[in-house]
Amino acid sequence: MIGVLQFPGSCDERDALQACERVGEARLVWHEETDLAGLDGIVVPGGFSYGDYLRAGAIARFSPAMEAVARFAAEGGPVLGICNGFQVLCEAGLLPGALLPNEGLRFICRQVTLVAEDFGGPFGSGISAGQSLSIPVKHMSGRYFAPDERVDELESAGQVAFRYAAGENPNGSVRDIAGVTNEAGNVIGLMPHPEHAVDPLTGSADGLALFRALVRQPAAA
Amino acid sequence: MRAKVLIRPKQGILDPQGKAVERALPALGFEGIHDVRVGRLVELETDDPAKLDSLCEKLLANPLIEDFEVVLEDEASPNGSGA
Repeated sequence: MIGVLQFPGSCDERDALQACERVGEARLVWHEETDLAGLDGIVVPGGFSYGDYLRAGAIARFSPAMEAVARFAAEGGPVLGICNGFQVLCEAGLLPGALLPNEGLRFICRQVTLVAEDFGGPFGSGISAGQSLSIPVKHMSGRYFAPDERVDELESAGQVAFRYAAGENPNGSVRDIAGVTNEAGNVIGLMPHPEHAVDPLTGSADGLALFRALVRQPAAA
Repeated sequence: MRAKVLIRPKQGILDPQGKAVERALPALGFEGIHDVRVGRLVELETDDPAKLDSLCEKLLANPLIEDFEVVLEDEASPNGSGA
């Protein structure tokens, strides 16, 4: 069972739920829930949790459900943060770095090409290095930032999961970074929306690969 | 006690808001203004000023991308430039 968090102000939790249901069972997790027993994976979805007041993700990280997600992640459970969910995971310290307002100050909504890096963990296992994925972005604060020396560390540790394809960086992210993982690889965040790329009818099904990692693998148990 | 917390984008981090403001100024006849940076001001009332730094680090500012400065009202200079 995959849990999809729902904060006041989330807006992509239904799409994320439907994406999860293509690979397994899923249910919504209200932000006041603290019992995540029985969940095999968690999605922190996109939207504008708590109105994005102060900074995107800054207040959502203190919600009761996020404390439970932090414990879930510490025990090795797979967690996928999308857009606002990525911002929340960064604010919570579960992922390195921060997301700043787009360089161009405009809300961006378009299909982009991502290139997967060589990264490990449950999310990396279904995606090969160099693979291209067509996935939409739609955000106002998607400029990934970490100090240069920290980005060096992330690169050498294999924690950079996705970059925007050459010339497609929509927001000024440092070194074209679109998504990163934690050190253990079981927590991943990205600005593009894989839940909007799960059906060829809407242009691409490349996003499904990320959701498959949230389902319990029978062989691994 | 009343306090002000000033939060600024860290030096070296591109501040597109500041750039946009800076670019608009010449059109309004304001010449010679450079390096505009836009931050936030949080005003609050506190019973325990000693906790403000920790409050800033945990919530009001993100230390990775922002610097903060706490100004207690009593310390603020009368002309308001204590910020």
